[in-house]
Amino acid sequence: MTRSSRRLTRILATATVASTLAACGGGDGGSGGGGGGENEASDIGITEDSIKIGAHYPLTGVAAPGYSEIPTGVQAYFDCLNQEGGINGREIEYIYRDDAYNPTNTSAVVNQLVLEDEVFAIMGGLGTPTHSAVLEFLNAEGVPDLFVASGSRLWGENPEDYPYTFGWQTDYESEGKIIGQYIAENFPDARVGLFLQDDDFGEDGERGIREYIDDQIVAAERYVPGNTDVGPQIAALQAAGADFVVGFNVPSYTALSQLVALRLGYQPQWFYSNVGSDPALVGSLLQNFSQGAVSDASLLDGALTTEYLPGVDAPDNAWVQEFQRIWDECGGEGELTNYRIYGMAQAFTTAQALQAAGQNPTRDGLVEAIETAGSEWEGPTFAPFRYSEDSHMGTSGMQVSRITGTTAEEQTPVLVTDLGNAEIEEFDGEQAPPPANAIPDVESVVD
Amino acid sequence: MSQPQDTTATSSGEMSSESPTESTAAANAPSAGASTGRSLLPSNTLLRHLLVLLLCAVVAVVLLESTDQFTNSQLAQLSYYAIAAGGLTVLTGLNGQISLGHGALMAVGAYTTALFLEAEEPLPLPVVLLVAVLLTTLVGALVGVAAARLHGPYLAGATLALAVGLPGLALYFREWLGGEQGLRVRAPRAPEAFDGFIGFVSGNPASNTKWLAYLGAICLLITFFLLANLARSRVGRTWRAVRDQEVAAELAGIDLGAWRVLAFVVSAACAGLGGAVLALVVRLAAPSGFTLVLSLALLTAIVIGGLGSLFGALLGSALLVFLPPFVTDLGADLGLNNTEAAQLAPFVYGVVLVVVMIFAPAGVVGSVRLRWRTWRARRAASAAGRA
Repeated sequence: MTRSSRRLTRILATATVASTLAACGGGDGGSGGGGGGENEASDIGITEDSIKIGAHYPLTGVAAPGYSEIPTGVQAYFDCLNQEGGINGREIEYIYRDDAYNPTNTSAVVNQLVLEDEVFAIMGGLGTPTHSAVLEFLNAEGVPDLFVASGSRLWGENPEDYPYTFGWQTDYESEGKIIGQYIAENFPDARVGLFLQDDDFGEDGERGIREYIDDQIVAAERYVPGNTDVGPQIAALQAAGADFVVGFNVPSYTALSQLVALRLGYQPQWFYSNVGSDPALVGSLLQNFSQGAVSDASLLDGALTTEYLPGVDAPDNAWVQEFQRIWDECGGEGELTNYRIYGMAQAFTTAQALQAAGQNPTRDGLVEAIETAGSEWEGPTFAPFRYSEDSHMGTSGMQVSRITGTTAEEQTPVLVTDLGNAEIEEFDGEQAPPPANAIPDVESVVD
Repeated sequence: MSQPQDTTATSSGEMSSESPTESTAAANAPSAGASTGRSLLPSNTLLRHLLVLLLCAVVAVVLLESTDQFTNSQLAQLSYYAIAAGGLTVLTGLNGQISLGHGALMAVGAYTTALFLEAEEPLPLPVVLLVAVLLTTLVGALVGVAAARLHGPYLAGATLALAVGLPGLALYFREWLGGEQGLRVRAPRAPEAFDGFIGFVSGNPASNTKWLAYLGAICLLITFFLLANLARSRVGRTWRAVRDQEVAAELAGIDLGAWRVLAFVVSAACAGLGGAVLALVVRLAAPSGFTLVLSLALLTAIVIGGLGSLFGALLGSALLVFLPPFVTDLGADLGLNNTEAAQLAPFVYGVVLVVVMIFAPAGVVGSVRLRWRTWRARRAASAAGRA
């Protein structure tokens, strides 16, 4: 044996020993269980006095304005909830991570949340393409995937494929149907043009609208997210003679379409879907894009939109007042915004779900609890959720309102519907007032 | 085809006169320490590389089995970045071409994988990966033909157009490529032999995350093995000749255009494989995953690691994967809220890039190699002085 090959043997031997040593550090998983009188560490992410919840949001990058405020609302709600004793004596530990609205990053940060932080559940993951990347993973790992922040049908349509995933907000197709019926009833002579984001968002919305006013639509123009020149689309709508434009677009494209229309001297009646209509954000975007030439959202005055949740434009609403109190007491810097209200409302539903899952929740128990009781929960949303064993779709109802300055006037009662051929009906219930301290009091349905 | 070679004036002249000496120092040293007199490795290149491959495989298994699941998933991430960066470092470091379009080439690999795995009875995984590589190679060849006629900033511009334009195809062919929300990828389950292997090696549970990490590691090792051999062969030497002295190379009978196309094709093949592994690990092929940011991230990775060095590409990729979560957690520990901590990560990455460029302009591996050679030369000189 030569000297060098002896050395090689030694290295290989060392490596073998190292791998054998490494082999001794085996892994272990969590164990289920529930019931009993005391708090137990009943599942991964649950200890005697804490529940760990994770989320992914765009905190940096192009999608960050607006959306990055949502988790601050969630955090404020959970902080106030923890001050009042949390859920069954457990504090909620909320971890949210940045995916910059890039699915590759979403996959990485959700891996981190599930495998390293070992959260009990994911809540409010934002975005259709981003959350799609982790849908399979979360369901394969059996991690509850609550209340995805997007109106895609993907989250709730097929519970047998994705048993752990739940939608939350009104899906885009139902929204399209409600908008379509409203136009058919109130603007029967309007020549309608559609301004659509070129993905499932615009596609589902268009499908819903066409069910009611297919013959009134004179043009449908699509924009590709990322391309900021929407001049051709708006000009095409104008050329087609559309005097009523419905936009299924994100806030930045609301601002862009307004600026282009201003330049073209085009003044149709605007109707922006819920996603693209936040006046505060659109106002600041308008100011930004026009480099100060347009200073606020006054361009949006008179535009129509839909709402499924009370916003800062309704300061008299009891829920908004309660959320204002929570933001003042437990929130960080800045004002209460619609995005923060959205986050708090989602956190409220999460608290309901955790209460319903019993004293010692398990991941499967949480899913069972939402399927069993979720459709009865009362909360800040105008209409109830559609949760059942056959559907994981979120709330089903909206009302149409008109933006006037910083407030909104409601134009219709709350209307509820569902995917496909389901009729649109008037919701006969009233919005329940918030419980004391906005902390839900839901009975366990699992133990 | 020729380019002014005077060392004084034009910017392109400056680029070509500096590149062989400093910025690509990492590319010039022979791989795996063959030139050192006292080496425990055999002098035959293939044999040496095979041994190193074996060693790396053992290290990879040790690494994957001694770390937790999350680190495994990070290593899977590392593997797809490193595969693509390895290809890019061959193109940029050895052949002197800059590509800003490798993110788009990864998209080709990723979408091919997604489409082939969508079938009712998908082909075996190795075949799917191979098809992804071949298709990306084809796209790379097309781009390469254009690339062979362009230099420096012009080439960067052309490939930039590729990076911006190609993901748009996914939106245009929405029915087929899934539009903005992309194609979800059903990663095939691990074969039973894998469960047996993990059980034998460590007794850890053989999760899907682990399977994907191993898959990535295997692809990475094979790619780096082939690239290392290529770089040490006549092909690698010719590439260097084309990079350093176009006129001399042409006088020696080298067809500059053909060799540039070849470099681009090889590099594209790697990007294709990287994209395929990415699709499997991320479980999604969507346009928002293949933005210009990805192409730039790959370029910064190889620049930080050291142009032309495979180890440098690995190092740079590791920085891409491990730095952001590390900085975010550090920020959170220092009392920043989650949003501020997240915003810290891109900032720190930028600072690292600037610092490396100031203090180690040849990248980490290149600078270490330059120091080492200076030190040895000095020692040899002083030894000669004493004698």
